[in-house]
This record gives sequence, C-alpha cells and structure tokens, in this order.
Amino acid sequence: MSREKTITLTINGRDEQASVPPHRTLLEALRDLGHVEVKCGCEKGDCGACAVLVDGLAVDSCLTLAWMTEGREITTITGLGERDAPHPLQKAFTDGGGVQCGYCTPGMIMAAKSMLDRNPEPTEEDIRIGLSGNLCRCTGYTKIFEAVEQAAAEMRGAGGDK
Amino acid sequence: MSDIDLTTQPVPNVKFSQVGKPLRRTDAAGKATGKTPYAGDYVMPGMLHAKVVRADLASAKMKRLDVTRARALPGVACILTAADLPDRTASTDIPGQTGQKRMDTGQQILVRERVRYYGEPLALIAAETRDIAEQAARLVEFELEPVPGVYDPEEALKPGAPIVQGEDNVVAVHKIRKGDPEGALASADIVVENSYRTPFQEHAFLEPEVGLAWVDENEVVNIRVATQVIEHFRPIADAIGVPHNKVRIRGALVGGGFGGKEDVTVEIYLSLLAQHTRRPVRLEYSREDSFLGHGKRHPFKLTYRTGVTKGGKITGMDVQIIADSGAYVFLSPYVLLYGAVAAPGPYRVDNLNVHARAVATNNMFTSAFRGFGGMQACAAYEQQMDEVAKAIGMDRMEFRRRNFLKTGDPISTGFVPPSAIWADRCAEQAWAALGGPTTPSAPHIRIGRGIAAYQQSYGRLTFLHDTSECWVGVEVDGTVIVRSGVTDIGAGQISALGQIAVEVLGVTMDDVVIYNSDTAVTPLAGTTTATRALYMTGNACKMAAEAVRGRLAGRAAKEFGVEVDEIAMEFNKVFVVDNPDKSMAFVDLVKICAAEGIHRSELSMFRAPFSDYLDPETGQGQAHPDYTYGAHAVEVAVDIDTGEVEVLKSIAAHDIGQCINPAAVEGQLEGGAQNGQGYGLSEEMLYEEGKLVTPSFSEYLMPTSMDMPKVQCILLESRSGLGPFGAKGVGEPAITAVAPAIANAVADAIGTRVFEMPITPERVVKALRDKEG
Repeated sequence: MSREKTITLTINGRDEQASVPPHRTLLEALRDLGHVEVKCGCEKGDCGACAVLVDGLAVDSCLTLAWMTEGREITTITGLGERDAPHPLQKAFTDGGGVQCGYCTPGMIMAAKSMLDRNPEPTEEDIRIGLSGNLCRCTGYTKIFEAVEQAAAEMRGAGGDK
Repeated sequence: MSDIDLTTQPVPNVKFSQVGKPLRRTDAAGKATGKTPYAGDYVMPGMLHAKVVRADLASAKMKRLDVTRARALPGVACILTAADLPDRTASTDIPGQTGQKRMDTGQQILVRERVRYYGEPLALIAAETRDIAEQAARLVEFELEPVPGVYDPEEALKPGAPIVQGEDNVVAVHKIRKGDPEGALASADIVVENSYRTPFQEHAFLEPEVGLAWVDENEVVNIRVATQVIEHFRPIADAIGVPHNKVRIRGALVGGGFGGKEDVTVEIYLSLLAQHTRRPVRLEYSREDSFLGHGKRHPFKLTYRTGVTKGGKITGMDVQIIADSGAYVFLSPYVLLYGAVAAPGPYRVDNLNVHARAVATNNMFTSAFRGFGGMQACAAYEQQMDEVAKAIGMDRMEFRRRNFLKTGDPISTGFVPPSAIWADRCAEQAWAALGGPTTPSAPHIRIGRGIAAYQQSYGRLTFLHDTSECWVGVEVDGTVIVRSGVTDIGAGQISALGQIAVEVLGVTMDDVVIYNSDTAVTPLAGTTTATRALYMTGNACKMAAEAVRGRLAGRAAKEFGVEVDEIAMEFNKVFVVDNPDKSMAFVDLVKICAAEGIHRSELSMFRAPFSDYLDPETGQGQAHPDYTYGAHAVEVAVDIDTGEVEVLKSIAAHDIGQCINPAAVEGQLEGGAQNGQGYGLSEEMLYEEGKLVTPSFSEYLMPTSMDMPKVQCILLESRSGLGPFGAKGVGEPAITAVAPAIANAVADAIGTRVFEMPITPERVVKALRDKEG
C-alpha cells in the first residue's frame, strides 16, 4: 500500500485531521471525514456535483488531491448556512423550486457562490457560464438561473423580489 | 382559425387554501443546506466495500473464471461467482399478466456460461476498503471466448441470425387493429410513408446507483438503497432465497430516477454479499458502472403509412414498430405496449393497424425510461404529422386541428378516456407563445419552428390491478403525520402528499411531517413510476385524510349543534361555514377527540380501475386509467455550415388537470424540456459490437446551462383528471413531445428532415448535402 500522511484540512473554519495516501482525492477525504454533504457524481470532473470552495474558488473536489489542499480554506455547502440561517443562495434555491432531487444542489450552489463573489451583478450569460461545469438532470436549469438571479439581488442588498 | 376559446377554463368549484399554491417543498431546505442524507451517505461499523467485475465482451462463452488470486489478497472478505450461487436467478417484478410468451424474465445474477451483453456481471467482491476491492477486481482472471452476436434488431429477425436466448429473438409482440386500415389507405387521396429512428438514451441521474445492506439480529436483510421501487423486496427475497418478510428496504430521497432506478440495481449483489459475510456491505457504482449497469431507453424504428384526404383528414394509418430489447427482457413487453397504444398520437384514427415487436440483441438491455415507449411513438407520429401536412400542402397546425382527438373520442384501443382531451388547446397556446420569429444572427443561420402534441398515460396498465396505501394521523398537539411507502425521486412526491393532507385537514405545511419509503414501517404505496405516484398515493392520502377529517368534523358538529357538512377547517381553525363566529382552534378539537377516544388516524387504500388484458388480436380494451395531453413548441437556430442546432425558445403547454404545487409542476416541465432536448439533439450512446464507447459525461452529452433556454410553462387545468382534486400526472408527459418538436423545427429551418435522432451536427450537415444532391 502507498504511504499515508496525516494532513490538516481547514473545513468550514474548523481544522480536521486525516491520514490519507497521496492519490486520495479531496472528495474522498471529505466524505471519509463525514462531510457527506459533498456529493460524488462522476469522479471525472464532468458533473460538478462534488464542487467545494478552496480559498473561495469553486473546484471539483474529485479532481483535487487532498494533499494539495493542506492549509487552505475549504468550504462545503454546510459551511454556507443552515436551515434557520440560510445563505441567500440556499434560501433562493429552497423557495423558488431550484431544488428537485437535490443531488446537484450542493455543487451548484458552491459554483454559484464562487461566481457571485467575483461578479455580484452577473448577466444571464455570466450565470450560464458560471454554472456550465455543473450538470442537472431535473430542473432544466430554469429555476436554478432564477434562484441565482434572486440571490444575487439579495446579496447586493436590492431586496428579494426579482 | 380554431373555434376553441383559449382563455376560459372551468371555474374551480372548491376553494383551496394549500393545494394549487407554489409552496416551498418539504424536502427543499434539507437538500439546499446539505443536511439530507442520500442512500450513499450511510455508513456502519465494520462495513465492507463492494465491487462488481464485468464482462468485456458482449457475446461470449465463459471459458475460465479464476478468483484464487483475488481471494488471497489481504483484506478481501468475500468473492462470489455463479459457482457460489448454483440455484439463484433474478426476475423482473411485474404483478399481473400480459399474455406475452416471455413472462418468465428469470435471468442469471452472475454469468454462468454465456455472456449476453457488454458489462454483464461476472463476480462480486467485498473488501475492507475501496482500494482493496478495486485491487481485487484487477486480480480476477477470466477468459471469454467470443461468440457471434447480433447488434441490430432487424438483423436479429432474419433467418440464421444468432439467437440471444431461447428459441428466437422475438421478445414481445403487440397488435392493435380497428376499422379497415387497408381499405382506408387504398382509398386515401395520398399515402405518406416514412421511417423514423430513435436512439438509446441514458437516464444520467446525478446520483449513481448505491446502497448499503446488512443482516440484522432477526435475520432480516436490510437494504438502504436509492430506488424508485421499495416493493422490490419481494423479487430480491426470491433471488436470495429468503421469505418476503425477511427483506426490508429502507429507501432514501433519491438523486434522480427517470426510470433508471425502477429495476433492481445493486440490491441483490448487496444482499448476497451481506448474507455471505454477515457484515454490512456498501456498493456504490462508478459513473461508468452506472452507464453499464442499468437498462437504457429502447431504440425504436417506426414505419408510418398515413392515408389522408386532400382536405386534411386522416383516413387510415399503418404503423410497424421494432424495438431493441437488448440482451434481457426486463420491462420490454410493457414499453412496447405503451408505444403501440400511443402510435396514432392525440389524433382521431378510426382505421388503424399497429404491429409492434420487441427484439432481443446483444446490446445493452433496455427497460424503463421516462416516457416509456410513448415517447418513442411521439417522436415518430409528430414528425409524420409535419411530413403529411407538407405532402398535402397544408399548414401543419391546421392539419393537426382537423385531426385532434376531442373530449369523449376513443383512442387507439377503443377506450374513451374519462377526462378532458385538451391536446388542441395546449398546442394552440404553445404555438402562440412562440411570439414573433427571431431574426437570424448571421447569413449561415436558419431559424425554424416546430410543434409536437402528445398523449401520455398516467397510472400503470389497468390489467396490473394497481393499488396504493397511505396512513394519515393527527397528533394531540394538532400536528399531522403522513406515512407512505412512496419514494421521492426528486419531483416532490412526498411534499405533494403533505400538501394534500393539510388541505383536507385545514392546517398548514408547517404542521405536517411525512415518513416515507420503508417497507417495514410505511404502508406500501406502490412504485414511483408510470406517472402514478401523485395519482395513486395522492388519492390514498386524500382518502385517509378525509376519513380522519370526517370523524373530527363529526365531533365539531356536535359541539356547535350543526350538521357535519356545515363544518369547515382552514388555517388551523374549525368553524361553521355560514357562521364563522362559531369556531375553535383545530388543536382544541383534536384534544376533545383524543380525550373521548375518537380515532384520529386512518390507513386507506386507493384502487386504480381494474381491467382485463387487451384483446390479443385487436388490442381493443382499456390499457391505462387515463391520459394526459399537451404540447411542446420550440424555435431553433441551425448553423448550416456546422450543422449545430441551438434551441432559442422552449415552451411547454400541458393540461395537468389540477396543480397540487405549480412550482413543482413547472419543475417537471422544465426538466423534461432538458431531458427531451438531449434526446433530440446531443445524447448519443455509441456501441461497437455491443460495447459502449461513450460511458462518461464528457462523451455522452446532455444539455448544460449553456444549452438550455429558459423554458416557458403554460399550465392548463381542466380539473378533470383521476388524481386528487382532478389532477392528472405530469412526470412523463413533460418529456414526451420535446424531441419531435425540435426535429420539426430543424426540418422547418433547413427544408429537409433528419429521420434519425439525435439530430447531431453531422446528421444535419449530411441531410443538407443529400438535399443539395
């Protein structure tokens, strides 16, 4: 077996230790640590279901080696907000029908956050490009686009009514 | 012009406080905050990790299978091959009879002597870690000797073709015959004949097949699994050789189904490994496993001969269907039957002949997929409608208007649907909503428009005698519990039950919790398939809630000194309809009932209409409880240099009877638009001698956020359906008409037709070249 190394991952602001071999992906490491909110869809970087933020940028955790993320800030969907205090994206996805089976949702929301943090006033085309690495089979993306627009407005402080 | 008034809809005769509103789904917040556990998110102490070893040829004899080295690898707990399972077979679970010759769907669980499709499982591995399971899989040695296979259903029908299994390759035949089709075609002004081909399609749910099984202290095999059908506990028990009450399926919210989690997937493998190791075993398919491991949509070849008068009236129709069943039967006879019943579409055809065959090949086996044969038929009949209109020089909407089924008309099987037939209204509204045409952005861009209308059943085949159960109870603090075995595959099946229960009981969505998908503790609701969950379980839920409401209302009537039908319940209050001052809080009524021992819960069963099997020679009789009607319209831009097609507008107009949750209905339509667009344009499963060469999302291309227009939804409510409050089903109808609408738009844009889906750039360019001659 390949050698393992104990690394410290900063996940949602908390340091967690994992003993992992060099080929272990961040996706596997996170899920083994109990962060099953990070979803596995393809393990090839095709679907985006496993997207998390690393230092604020959305990455496919299935294409990222766990060793490479030591000392960097990792944010998963549960680090964004919770039921009683949701992030505007979580709230917009919940209220507007942007969630169906929900399996793509964590990755989709992380990709949207990564985009909105850099571009608070996205055009529809910007949103499409920002989510182009995230596949959804349930929604046809229509209500996801609407949710991101709604959240963007709320995050700009322009209120909620698209 | 149409004489239909498109603006009026029946006025609702009931006022809803909860139903018909786009309320936040009960499952949404958990999913959006990452708190919802899916089947793959469960672990247990001492859990093993499983792996399936698959054949790398589609048609072969097993010469040698040696697992000695793999078994010897430290950390391997168990390896099973067919030799370890001498008397085990698996069957597709379909209660009832079809009269088909191959009702025996029994098949090998692991390859014994003969490999019949690429990826057929050879061995099962359980190991301490995922890495060890993978390593063991590489140590399994096998030798397969190629045997001539057959990969084209038409070839498979020829004399001398390799036989996949049994006596011949015909898996199922369905016939529909009414009137005098030959005479009608002979006397028609024009007969238009065309063949259309539809492709394999992958469900491409984002959550691959996954489960966790263990044998508990009572010798019950427990399986936590992503499935549409928890009732598979019965065929699973049969396959692993235990009584039915010794298998418990605990479902989870499913990360997409679309028919791909309708058959058994990982359950039997997990159960066998758990039985043999006496330890919990987890199996998660890789994406490639998922591409190889579950049945696809049946490719169809449909040949239409349509007789028509110059005045645009269809006089007769002959339809020949050949479906690729792949290597094993699964649900092929039923998919084929749906295709046959749907063959003439939402049009009045009194002289009809349909001959449909499902044929075995060494391709991947095919089974359920949203649309279930009805979609393949629509892909053909709606393209044929445009071709016939073109042949007689008539506007394609006008041609449709002259032939649409109307409410009260019989369909292909002679059955008169009990509900409204609004295909015409839906088509008019979708077509009108396209608005003004888009101006081409460059000289090499052509704009085209297309429409397709459909008829799609909701509810299972009536000769299967379908039932569904649901339990509703009221707690002493006035909160409501719903228990139902229904699985939620993402469409909001569970939330809809809550909305129905709280509507009936006059409380709100904050007051209800729904427990679901456990064969041991939730009443069996039947499958989440066939667009039946809302229709069947929604009705069962409504019945149970009404029974509870009746007893509570009876007590309230006594309290207020009025008749029971004068009692209303809304927003947690109970009051007298004509005298709202006479009121009390719902919770206070519940407390009185609890104190007096009035029964505050009910288990109800809803029964669909039962019928006999269709006449085997004429196909006449009842096939389904009822049908949903609607239409999809699109506008496309075609680049005539590259052949690329962009969908600019996508409009769904459906009579859904009554929305329970309009946001959820729109979600179905928008998702169907994506799934259907991929089917029409980009999703291609390429097989080479049965071997799938596109087993990933970078090769199998479903529409992304860059490809989808914002879908516009038009919801018509005839309130005539058989579901709760007049609802019809919409899960499958959402997808049915999308691809043919796109095909018709592309043909409109380029002036010639691509007769085979998906309409890839290569096929568009070829059609343009052929046209130029």
